[in-house]
Amino acid sequence: MPKITYIEHNGKSHTIEIANGLSVMEGAVQNNIPGIDADCGGSMACATCHVYVKEEWFNKLPKKEDGEEDMLDMAFEPKKNSRLSCQLMVSDQLDGLVVNLPEKQV
Amino acid sequence: MIKTDALIIGAGPTGLFTAHQLKLIGLNCEIVDNLDKIGGQCIELYPDKPIYDIPAVPECTGEELTNNLINQLKPFDIKFHLSERVEEVKKNNENWEVKTNKGTEFSTPNIIIAGGVGSFEPRKFSPKECEKFENKSIFYSVKDKTVFKGKIVSIFGGGDSALDWAIELSKDSKVNLIHRRDEFRGAQATVDKMNELAKNNKINLFTKNQLKSVNGKDNLESIEIEHDNKEFKNLKTDYVLGFFGLIMQLGPIANWGLNIDKKTISVDTEKFETNQKGIYAVGDICTYPGKLKLILSGFHEGALAARACFKLARPNEKYRFEFTTSSKSIKNRLGVKE
Repeated sequence: MPKITYIEHNGKSHTIEIANGLSVMEGAVQNNIPGIDADCGGSMACATCHVYVKEEWFNKLPKKEDGEEDMLDMAFEPKKNSRLSCQLMVSDQLDGLVVNLPEKQV
Repeated sequence: MIKTDALIIGAGPTGLFTAHQLKLIGLNCEIVDNLDKIGGQCIELYPDKPIYDIPAVPECTGEELTNNLINQLKPFDIKFHLSERVEEVKKNNENWEVKTNKGTEFSTPNIIIAGGVGSFEPRKFSPKECEKFENKSIFYSVKDKTVFKGKIVSIFGGGDSALDWAIELSKDSKVNLIHRRDEFRGAQATVDKMNELAKNNKINLFTKNQLKSVNGKDNLESIEIEHDNKEFKNLKTDYVLGFFGLIMQLGPIANWGLNIDKKTISVDTEKFETNQKGIYAVGDICTYPGKLKLILSGFHEGALAARACFKLARPNEKYRFEFTTSSKSIKNRLGVKE
């Protein structure tokens, strides 16, 4: 199974095996990773599963859909490498992905 | 104090259908919601998005679903208390005493929490010093636009609210519009209008910028914004408006002594009752083994919670299960003529 690394804002790192087909958000929620709220449950309606993707990974990810950038406008301290983790589907190509979590989601 | 058989917190689809179920079985109810309109997430988050999994409705938008549920409630007289948030819940003998932030008080044996993911609150700026100026020089909604007349107003956001207010206030104020990227997500006509005003220097447009800090002693004096390329700019400003949409906060529900796990409330699957007798949770806010956050699940949960309310609201009567197709008393309640 692909391994995804979540780094909390305080630096604490969690590397977890996540089944293909789940989203990076679902992987975090199911494994109780603190720092991902996912209030809307993955319907791209809340921007509380916001993550920063490590530079080397950012360009390898599938492009954002229109709605994702609109929601990121509302995220807490969005940056150029911001993504909504509910839109990142885990696959073998994502094995080794590292995401940093923002200080808070709201 | 308003006496009612059941008080519903949340006017989303689950709250609305639960009200319908209560009225069908002859109980009265009132509904409180923090939003200024009926519909909950359906109306606030996705009014135009199609939903495909409402039984017997192949496709409808959040707004259509809400309107249909409101239509279904037409036979009944239900009092809505909108723009009010329930703050306090206290036990008084057999009843719960409930108080909202506007001071409305209820006494009821049954409280049904149909609160989704909590109440909608405006998203705020991240710099901590912003709190100091909140509701004085920094606002997340406009109540009285006359205070901005002749002043410098810095507006943040890229949606319709930010654009509409930038255009409106540019008539009588000096307006800075600041947004984190070049694209705006407002209606095209509004974006065009704003761009035209920016071209004619009626609006000072700063894209790819975000708020870095705010400065001032008692009153706000200036703000600092940061460009994507790390350049800082200091802007003299009297007022700041932030339009970043709404966020859901569990809010005071957390203080009512309920079993809460990750912003959801544990319930049983017979009555959808919480650990407190007479307080139920239905829809997205409740959790139990196998819980699905689907609108249809909320309808089922509300129907069962409504039956449980009957026992506490009518302790001396026996609830009889009836079908709407055949029951005379239900048809009377619906005002259906034979």
